Amino acid sequence: MTFDQEVSIVLCGEAGQGIQTVEHILTQTLKLSGYHVFSCQEYMSRIRGGQNSTLVRVSSRRVAAPVDRIDFLVPFGPGSVRHVEKRISSETVVLGERKLFADEYQGERGIDLPFSEMAQEVGGRIYTNTIAVGLLAGLLKVDRDVLGRYLRSHFSGKDEGTIQKNMDAARKGTELSDRLLREGRFQIDLPQDNKIKDEILVDGVEAMAMGAVAGGCNFLSFYPMSPSTALAVMLAERSKDFGILVEQAEDEISAMNMGIGAWYAGARALASTSGGGFALMVEGLSLAGMIESPMVVHLAQRPGPATGLPTRTEQGELLFALYAGHGEFPRILLSPGTIEDCFFLTQKAFDLADRYQVPVSILTDQYLLESHYNLPSLDPTQIPLRRHFVETKEDYKRFALNESGLSPRGIPGFGDGLVVVDSDEHDEEGHITEDLLLRTRMVEKRLRKLELIKKESIPPELVGPANYETLVVGWGSTYHAVKEAVRRLERDDVAFLHFRQVYPLHSDTRRYLEKAKRRVIVENNGTAQFAKLLRLETGFEMDREILQYNGLPFSVDALERRLRSVLG
Amino acid sequence: MDPLRFDMGKIDIAWCPGCGNYAMLRALKEALAELEIAPERLVVVSGIGQAAKAPHYYRCNLFNGLHGRSLPVATAIKASNPGLVVIDESGDGCMYGEGGNHFIHAIRRNPDITNIVHNNMVYGLTKGQASPTSFQGFRTLVQREGVFHTPFNPLVVAISLGASFVARAFAGDVSQTKEIMKKAISHRGYALVDVLQPCVTYNRLNTYAWFKENTTYLEASHDPYDRMEALRRAFETEKLPLGIFYLNPKPTFEETLQVYRERKDPLFKRDPDLQKLSQWIHSKRGI
Repeated sequence: MTFDQEVSIVLCGEAGQGIQTVEHILTQTLKLSGYHVFSCQEYMSRIRGGQNSTLVRVSSRRVAAPVDRIDFLVPFGPGSVRHVEKRISSETVVLGERKLFADEYQGERGIDLPFSEMAQEVGGRIYTNTIAVGLLAGLLKVDRDVLGRYLRSHFSGKDEGTIQKNMDAARKGTELSDRLLREGRFQIDLPQDNKIKDEILVDGVEAMAMGAVAGGCNFLSFYPMSPSTALAVMLAERSKDFGILVEQAEDEISAMNMGIGAWYAGARALASTSGGGFALMVEGLSLAGMIESPMVVHLAQRPGPATGLPTRTEQGELLFALYAGHGEFPRILLSPGTIEDCFFLTQKAFDLADRYQVPVSILTDQYLLESHYNLPSLDPTQIPLRRHFVETKEDYKRFALNESGLSPRGIPGFGDGLVVVDSDEHDEEGHITEDLLLRTRMVEKRLRKLELIKKESIPPELVGPANYETLVVGWGSTYHAVKEAVRRLERDDVAFLHFRQVYPLHSDTRRYLEKAKRRVIVENNGTAQFAKLLRLETGFEMDREILQYNGLPFSVDALERRLRSVLG
Repeated sequence: MDPLRFDMGKIDIAWCPGCGNYAMLRALKEALAELEIAPERLVVVSGIGQAAKAPHYYRCNLFNGLHGRSLPVATAIKASNPGLVVIDESGDGCMYGEGGNHFIHAIRRNPDITNIVHNNMVYGLTKGQASPTSFQGFRTLVQREGVFHTPFNPLVVAISLGASFVARAFAGDVSQTKEIMKKAISHRGYALVDVLQPCVTYNRLNTYAWFKENTTYLEASHDPYDRMEALRRAFETEKLPLGIFYLNPKPTFEETLQVYRERKDPLFKRDPDLQKLSQWIHSKRGI
């Protein structure tokens, strides 16, 4: 077997076995050796045991989406092979201890490698992971010097003895790979590119955290809930470096109200949550709408209803986020499709919220947050940091009526005026009113802001031929999977339209949809929620739906098959 | 400072004639004036209900938010700009019912805010249902056989949680209420002032006369630093004690925040360190 373009590796084992460490070291050293890498995980909602798997794609071209295909499977536990059985083909090679895979994988398809025995020789079972790292790195011709240096830096907090044992373990792994390659069972010869070495390798969570910092975020309130917690943990880790006040609230209601209180006092606040927590924030979202408070909410979607599948992925909260909150008020919904989007849209969310005095929700999901791939870099200066509050004068009126609907936002303690906000309908000063003519004017003022926001909506991205007949439409985290699947079709009449802002929609949307003879929606949910939103906003119906709601992201191969069957 | 600085001029006040809220409003304005707290430096947060309308009736920065949600808002305002004086003023339904969870955790967090609760033991704005502090047997159009639930005792809860300042006042005594409010506002840390406030429309049981008859000030010999004694007095129901039950000086939420360790300026004056951010991004190259 020869691999000259791409290799797909799956690591599978129990929670707590350290698969993430293998993923981390492997992807970094592969990237540092000049390969494009992508990795993502699926795991159970438990601390120990169960079966979790991690996919690592290594390629000579940019990769950023999952595939079902497994070239090399490394099982770490007795249930591992069975866990990914449906993805194993006749071409899959299992690398691991014989006792971990059934007879049918013996011979050509399974290579017995005595990891435990080797680990014992080094110093204990704990070194199994590093042996696996060495093996895979060796097979993929990772620069040995890079591997050594990276291991040293990765384990730098440990004592010298432990570091040395890990180095020994990695060497045993690379020796094993040398033997396998010598035996000639397979050839792996992917072109390396020196330019990749300087790229960064980052996941969705960390890119969002960086984006939040770039956007001036200095207040974070949250209540732990998978998969949104990772962002809060990441920002807490960096809170000292960047002066971020991080508070774990008693519940999501409090987290949301704290965020709005912080914005009122001039901070830039973020609340991070998932479906059930967002449900509790809905009342506060409406408050932000009424008092025209900026607010940024990270809604990390997961399969519902109720507790659903806590550690899995879904795009099931779009219409919920669209309609969340009693009453009518403008809002913005962003849906990052790439890791770059995770950075830039989070940064932009703070600017939009501050500028238009509206709540902005960023819709991600477990898959996007925990996907890693290499990218050239991220530039925080692309969106300049501007503050949109004003110093108040004595006669300041928080809700002064004007043509645009945007009243200058003052904050208490900055200027001579008083800043009065009220969840009741209010007059220009902010005090309660039941003047129904004023009520009408205040509703119109709030809604006028949506027209301003629309003018600045992010346009959808068209991938593929401009003179398409079939338009495949998607939003958020499916970007790379759809893009790669459509590319694989190699058809000059099929294009892909991706939305990274799902509300309000850019005015080009109608034109793109109108031009298509056939429209296919791809969504990671059961009810084609974006298709409904598109129909509501543009009047255009989708002709076909490709939906998936099993808790897993679309894989490129499965999506390609489904697109072919839909397109005929 | 002249209390007139807090006057709103001719405004329409939505309270019933004779409501205990008027006395509380007067006491608070006088307390603020005597403490020389300018309206521009003051933020008052409230929830929903007749009591929550109070800050509309004196000059201040005002955040009249959602029912029961005022404490998280007040906490965040104070934490974002510790230079502001923050008062959270709302009713018993807001603080002890809808906002009960926030009440517990605000006490644990100990932000430097003053929490003034208008406790009239009834829901006024929704027309006379029982509140968490209504007495057992109190009959309403909903609780037709009389309230069965054990009344919520905010003082006992607050003292048990180690609140840094716990007091009870009676709106019928403006001068003493003012004195207690002044001490609460000056206190560093979370300060609860539960104010017994007669509702002249919906509470015919706990009237001015009833409160006069059934309250008594803590003796001068009461030691507010004695937690068990404070708790014992807070449990008393024969006559409801008034005054400062408990004092527990301790670091405030803001004081413990890492963001103020090296710098004291409010969050709105700060910019992100883009150079550090670039270093962070750059570090993702690996080694």
